[in-house]
Amino acid sequence: MDWIELGIVVLKSLLLVVVLLTGFAYTTLLERKVIARMQSRIGPNRAGPLGLLQPLADGLKLMFKENITPFGVDTFVYFLAPVVSLVVAILAFAVIPIADPISVELGGQVREIRFQIADFNVALLYVLGISSLAVYGLVLAGWASNNKYSLIGGLRSSAQMVSYELAMGLSLIGVVLLTQTLSITEIVDTQSAWGLPLVVLQPVAFGIYVITALAETNRAPFDFPEAEQELVAGYHTEYTGMRFALFFMAEYINMITVSAVAASVFFGGYHLPFVERFVGDLPWFIDILVFTAKVIIGLFTFIWLRATIPRLRYDQLMSFGWKVLLPLSIANVVITAAAVAWWQLSGPGAL
Amino acid sequence: MIAPLIKGLGVTLRTMFRKPLTVSYPEQKRPVAERFRGKHELKRYDNGLERCIGCSLCSAACPADAILVVPAENSDEQRFSPGERYAAVYEINMIRCIFCGFCEEACPVDAIVLEHEYELAAYDRSEMIYTKDMLLVPPGAKGEETPQDTRDRDVPFRMGGMDYFSVPIVERVPGGDPTGEPAS
Repeated sequence: MDWIELGIVVLKSLLLVVVLLTGFAYTTLLERKVIARMQSRIGPNRAGPLGLLQPLADGLKLMFKENITPFGVDTFVYFLAPVVSLVVAILAFAVIPIADPISVELGGQVREIRFQIADFNVALLYVLGISSLAVYGLVLAGWASNNKYSLIGGLRSSAQMVSYELAMGLSLIGVVLLTQTLSITEIVDTQSAWGLPLVVLQPVAFGIYVITALAETNRAPFDFPEAEQELVAGYHTEYTGMRFALFFMAEYINMITVSAVAASVFFGGYHLPFVERFVGDLPWFIDILVFTAKVIIGLFTFIWLRATIPRLRYDQLMSFGWKVLLPLSIANVVITAAAVAWWQLSGPGAL
Repeated sequence: MIAPLIKGLGVTLRTMFRKPLTVSYPEQKRPVAERFRGKHELKRYDNGLERCIGCSLCSAACPADAILVVPAENSDEQRFSPGERYAAVYEINMIRCIFCGFCEEACPVDAIVLEHEYELAAYDRSEMIYTKDMLLVPPGAKGEETPQDTRDRDVPFRMGGMDYFSVPIVERVPGGDPTGEPAS
């Protein structure tokens, strides 16, 4: 790896962080405005035209807030927890392709630049593994806060995330069985080659994925651990100012990542099969727009669900995850595997 | 269980496309009710004389002890109100005021009335003591500013609930003006 390749990777990483943080900021604004409209009111519209500078105002406010460190906290862990949450959230986005690779002449060599930071053949496993690490942020925050409510909130949240991760992984296995690969880039390209998004072939898996994604990111209706009415604010009660902002960022960036994975795996990523059938490959900036549109639709669905559905009680949440989703996703895997085996045995097909 | 959820999602989506019900204050303001109790005003008669006769009934009625009335005597050369007295000093402490309207109910001449203005915020407590000049309404089209010179005019007392302009005093009291000369 020479200097230019290293430089490209560093540049892509920086760009990813900047884009994700800006995306997070405007996702908060999108959420507030969409939820407001769904409740017959206008969202923030005073800070800048249409409220577009509201995230800036929020960021400034959080930066100016006093950083209270409660008495008796485990200092290292207390400071580490939001950092872990945020880093894990951003890391998971590293393997998601945003556009077709382009060839550029740089430093005397024609290089192929891929629109993702790292592309390896077990990318889907990487995403699932990194999101499992996200549990650490919550548990450490709940523990280090020296506060029983935070502890309970943190433990509940981690138990919830762990139980729904299983169903999420199994729902994605259905897709892997069909496309015979764990690499997200190849899954996207397979959907383009087949000309249809995988949601058509795996609707149950997609439904399970949506529900488990809501539970993974602690979004309504699974947001019991951070419900203000029940547990003060759960695991992030004792965090103020910028530290709270880091948790907030981690939650929304997780949302963006999960939407991006759903867009890539179930909806064909940055491809538009119906258009590409006639026009051929689209240029990279159109690809980026297509991908962004799909992610925004995913985010809108998250926000829509939050505005509509009441919160599940914790025991309802846990029993749903273990008693309904897990058996359903296992059944999905079994049926998909059987279908794939039958297809392969009955003759050469698209697989 | 799924169908009601989908219906609920439909409701929220439909609401998103309807016009929001927000009133964008301060660009738009909701109209207030007819009997809304806002800032006080000291009213006048049509000829410009102040209605307030300095009786302090409003001050006595006020549950918050917000009104200060210092009466003074009218003379025909310098007349502020029909009658013997007028309010030389009339102050309402708007921070004490609870906008209950008791002063309005207590006033025998309909002088103090609560109007519709409610945007009364200030940065300093001393700005919230409203003096008579802040509360008195300007004279109308047919009136002149007080103090007025009424030596050559007949300005009767208000008696018996009748508006004094309509009936001359010498007819209301059998035998004539109780305070002045006997009827001619």
